[in-house]
Amino acid sequence: MRSAIRCLVAAVFLLSACAAPSADSGGRITVFAAASLTEGFGELGELFEAANPGVTVEFAFAGSSTLAAQIRSGAPADVFAAASPVHLTTLVDAGLATAPAAFATNRLQIAVPPDNPAGISGLADLSDPDVVLAVCDPLVPCGAATETVFEIAGIAPEPDTRERDVKAVLTKVRLGEVDAGLVYRTDVHAAAGDVTGIEFPESAEAVNVYPIATLTDAPDPVTAAAFVDFVRSQTGRDVLAEAGFGTP
Amino acid sequence: MTTRRVRRRIPVLLLVPALLGLAVLVVPLAGLLVETPWTRLWPRLASAEVWPALRLSLWCATLATGICLVLGVPLAWLLARADVPGRSLLRALVTVPLVLPPVVGGVALLLVFGRRGLIGQYLDAWFGVSLPFTTAGVVVAEAFVAMPFLVVAVEGALRAADPRFEEAAETLGASGWYTFRRVTLPSVAPAVLAGTVLCWARALGEFGATITFAGNFPGETTTMPLAVYLALESDPEAAIVLSVVLLTVSVAVLAGMRDRWVRRAA
Repeated sequence: MRSAIRCLVAAVFLLSACAAPSADSGGRITVFAAASLTEGFGELGELFEAANPGVTVEFAFAGSSTLAAQIRSGAPADVFAAASPVHLTTLVDAGLATAPAAFATNRLQIAVPPDNPAGISGLADLSDPDVVLAVCDPLVPCGAATETVFEIAGIAPEPDTRERDVKAVLTKVRLGEVDAGLVYRTDVHAAAGDVTGIEFPESAEAVNVYPIATLTDAPDPVTAAAFVDFVRSQTGRDVLAEAGFGTP
Repeated sequence: MTTRRVRRRIPVLLLVPALLGLAVLVVPLAGLLVETPWTRLWPRLASAEVWPALRLSLWCATLATGICLVLGVPLAWLLARADVPGRSLLRALVTVPLVLPPVVGGVALLLVFGRRGLIGQYLDAWFGVSLPFTTAGVVVAEAFVAMPFLVVAVEGALRAADPRFEEAAETLGASGWYTFRRVTLPSVAPAVLAGTVLCWARALGEFGATITFAGNFPGETTTMPLAVYLALESDPEAAIVLSVVLLTVSVAVLAGMRDRWVRRAA
């Protein structure tokens, strides 16, 4: 029995030795980013790692409200990039983030399956109750923008599902489960070929401005600040523009 | 044989992990109750969107359990009694949803019963039926996830039951269906009830497959677990209130059913 305990202690010690971060790890940051940034930030992360050998960037992509809730609950993130100022402002007010800066803009498009089964050509077509429609939940920025464009257009379509983030809406369109979904133009860009994007003029009235900030409790504030600077640099802007984002 | 009641000393090496295990299970629920805004509970219950979600949850879980009973008990019988080839493979297949992450189940359901799914495309084309984003979709997702609980419980009891009673009934001229109804089923009734309760509880708590397959729309597909998850981000207090309601319902049903089950089994 005693030797068994000794083995256990040794094993635990070995494990903890493995898990402990080495002192000279060249920085490892966790970036929480809105789901719509999946492609753009994925590429920026690789470029940042290439420019800073030894640095690792981990991403968590989800709906901005989900990420904000996780940060409030103490998730160990270094950087937060949201799809609208609301979710970052609440964190700044709570003292959890500092100095948010706008770095990109985005606007909505209607995404339809390539064969466009419901013959959608504009926002007004979404009012047809026979159209199976997916939108973002009003909690997340794309859902808030969706409500705004409906209001501006003076229509009240009945969505069939309110998804938790914009990528979930995109997936439903990709699978052909819905006739139309309201997503960002960057999502249509990312899913080129699988979905068709339809522009509508009201989207210009509901442009989402994306802010980014380092978090107060960032485990690695230096690398975090460097990443924020990189996102806002010319390279960052070029990569995001390539992904379909606008500049603020 | 007489047994002397000895106060056995519990070995510390068992007691400490046992108490830790208990704490792991009990502390989170106790914490939920501690954090509950009891003074504001009633107004919140009256105002919040609790009732549509709760009604939908109870309704869907009950319907799903009904489907599981109608399909699952015969399936359990087939696995336990009938001489079918590849029975052990079938048995393994039936238990897959038990260990499958529910969200994977949701993806699978979407690919099969979705509008463009393997079966869903024909449902849509021939009958105009589309399951995703409907209450029926919630029921299907819950039945998919919960049925193994019932099948496993009933099948275990059937295999443990003495088949000689059934053989006797059949030698006395009873038909197979009559034997099943009057001999087999009563002998495993406690297991059917226990399986039903587990199945219902699992269906009531279903989240992953539901949100993946049936989506989220209040009154249509937003069941209580979905409502809890959604509320957590916008209004944590509402999430706590919803959680307490769900916890109360589950515990009440489990306690009620368990009493009856114990009494019948005794």
